[in-house]
Amino acid sequence: MSAPTVWIAVPIVIGAIALLFSERAAALAGGLTCFILASIALVIPIDQALLIGPFSLKIGSTASLLGRALVIPASEGPLLVMLFGLCALWFIGAEAAGVARRMVPVGMIITGLLIASLAVQPFLYAALLIEMAALAAIPLLAPQGKAPGRAVIRFLIYQTLGMPCILLAGWLLAGVETSPGDLALTIQATVMLSLGFAFLLAVFPLNDWIPGLMVESHPYIAGFLLWLLPNIIIVFGLSFLDGYAWLRSSPEIVTGLRTIGLIMLVSSGLWSALEGNLGRMMGHAAIAETGFIFLGTSLAVANGTDTIFPFFLPRGLGMALWALALAIVHHGHADMDFATLRGIGRTHPWAAGGVILAALSAAGFPLLAGFPPRIDVWDGLADVSSSSALWFLVGLAGLMIGAVRQLSLLVEARSEEPSVPQETVIQRAMLGGAMIALVVLGLFPRSASFLVARLPLMFEHLAR
Amino acid sequence: MLAQVLAWVAVGVVAVTATGILLTRDWRWNLGFMAAQYLGGAILTSAYWPVGMASTLLVTGWMSIAALGMTLTALPPQFDSTEESWPQGRLFRLFMTGMVVVLATGLTPRIENFMAGVDAPVIAGSILLAGLGFLQLGTSSQIVRIILGLLTVLTGFEVFYAAVEGSILVAGMLSIVILGLGLVGAYLLNASLPEDTS
Repeated sequence: MSAPTVWIAVPIVIGAIALLFSERAAALAGGLTCFILASIALVIPIDQALLIGPFSLKIGSTASLLGRALVIPASEGPLLVMLFGLCALWFIGAEAAGVARRMVPVGMIITGLLIASLAVQPFLYAALLIEMAALAAIPLLAPQGKAPGRAVIRFLIYQTLGMPCILLAGWLLAGVETSPGDLALTIQATVMLSLGFAFLLAVFPLNDWIPGLMVESHPYIAGFLLWLLPNIIIVFGLSFLDGYAWLRSSPEIVTGLRTIGLIMLVSSGLWSALEGNLGRMMGHAAIAETGFIFLGTSLAVANGTDTIFPFFLPRGLGMALWALALAIVHHGHADMDFATLRGIGRTHPWAAGGVILAALSAAGFPLLAGFPPRIDVWDGLADVSSSSALWFLVGLAGLMIGAVRQLSLLVEARSEEPSVPQETVIQRAMLGGAMIALVVLGLFPRSASFLVARLPLMFEHLAR
Repeated sequence: MLAQVLAWVAVGVVAVTATGILLTRDWRWNLGFMAAQYLGGAILTSAYWPVGMASTLLVTGWMSIAALGMTLTALPPQFDSTEESWPQGRLFRLFMTGMVVVLATGLTPRIENFMAGVDAPVIAGSILLAGLGFLQLGTSSQIVRIILGLLTVLTGFEVFYAAVEGSILVAGMLSIVILGLGLVGAYLLNASLPEDTS
């Protein structure tokens, strides 16, 4: 048995079978499969024989596909645990959000394709698999009977245009390696690579579709894609930084990453402070999260510290909680405007609590999961440039204002309705569990270090 | 020599068809132009890939067009509308096409010098396709025209990329992407309909 069969083929096949399942069965199948795959990644080491009584079990790292290799090395085990563990959470939560039958089967297929994008060799072919995953996501984002909005179309266009840019950049980078003194080629490769990742990661100003997607599509489904796609693309992007020494050692790349990260953080913070729609607010926070990772990457490349991977788990947990809470709040309401949802916390206290806690965590509120990685990045930025640290604070302040505005909106008194919680038991359990996890990760940031500390092992030169 | 002539003829075909897609408002003509464009693209690709591999571009491209065509045929007439807020004048589009042609003419010799081993027709064809595809994307908000624009850009990219990468896996995955785009376009057109209509 090979690792690509287990972590790529199995989710794709189960996802295809789950198309036939009912709402609850799809959620259970997806959640259990992902949980089992995460457990296997945690327990069974790749490429090492495991003796169970008289039996020997070994999961090989490599599978062959059309003359190329799919490789999942042992060092990617922690990433698989984290991704499949969080996917299990998302898929089980999909039932509470009421979208399991729509989301889980395609979500499993997308997950399989994105894991394949991390495994394919040469790694730059990942762009093609990411594009396939983006295409598979379109039916999730634009349900039947509703005209696709501009955000969905832009998502499709940008993800499609990113692919050729990355592939051409990969070819140009190979040229740079053979003739490192060729400045023109180096500039062309860098520009092409930057353009490709700007499209794929929705870098400012190509990010207006993200808040739009949260409004046009179901918030839980959009949230799932806004968590999974950027995380995989970031790992893919780090492969470039790890693989090409001249990219890592270029001060312009470090400065560029820092500047783009700050622009994304500050712009999304400001928009978040002024926003009048709960869904769009989560979209701005998703942009800010990518900004944080850009900043973390700039520090990791410059100083060799791990300021990238500590963001992964809080981001996954926070976005899952936020998206589920929004899906519950959104249910039965035409839109997610402030005017419509005023005082909804009186009837949906668990969901309102989830929205507020997730928003506060995204803004780096102390004792929540988002706080430790943000303080590390802020500290690192202050060492490099005090003005950057100041702008970082401006961005966080914008996100915090947005979170406080949500708090005041959701808990506003509404006398005409009874103050009886409307969430179901499953919804309360999911929201409560995720809220506790956010607090525990904030109080004990090292509780996940058995995973997070091993994530940099995926790369030979980054953050080690 | 014959291959060179054939390649330049293919460049002419892709230039005419991509311009035709940009200028024509009727989707039937657009899909016809697109089908001819894939033929030109496959001829250019076959300069570097074996004919079998190059024909995957043609076959999957035609399959995408078939998917779009079948969906558009089944749509009620009100969905077959023209846009109002975008530049519609044929003269404007023709002028922009001319700009792309000038760009391709100017850039081709320079890129040919920079990239030894890639023929001028392949470079010219890919610049024309990518440029006119971007133009199509930038001047339309209709789903079908956006999908055709994306397919045109990707054809231009594939023509160029075939010259530098000969992997079967890449050819296969690019074919899946092209077919996927066609199917996504068909889905989005269908999704626009109210559920009882579809």
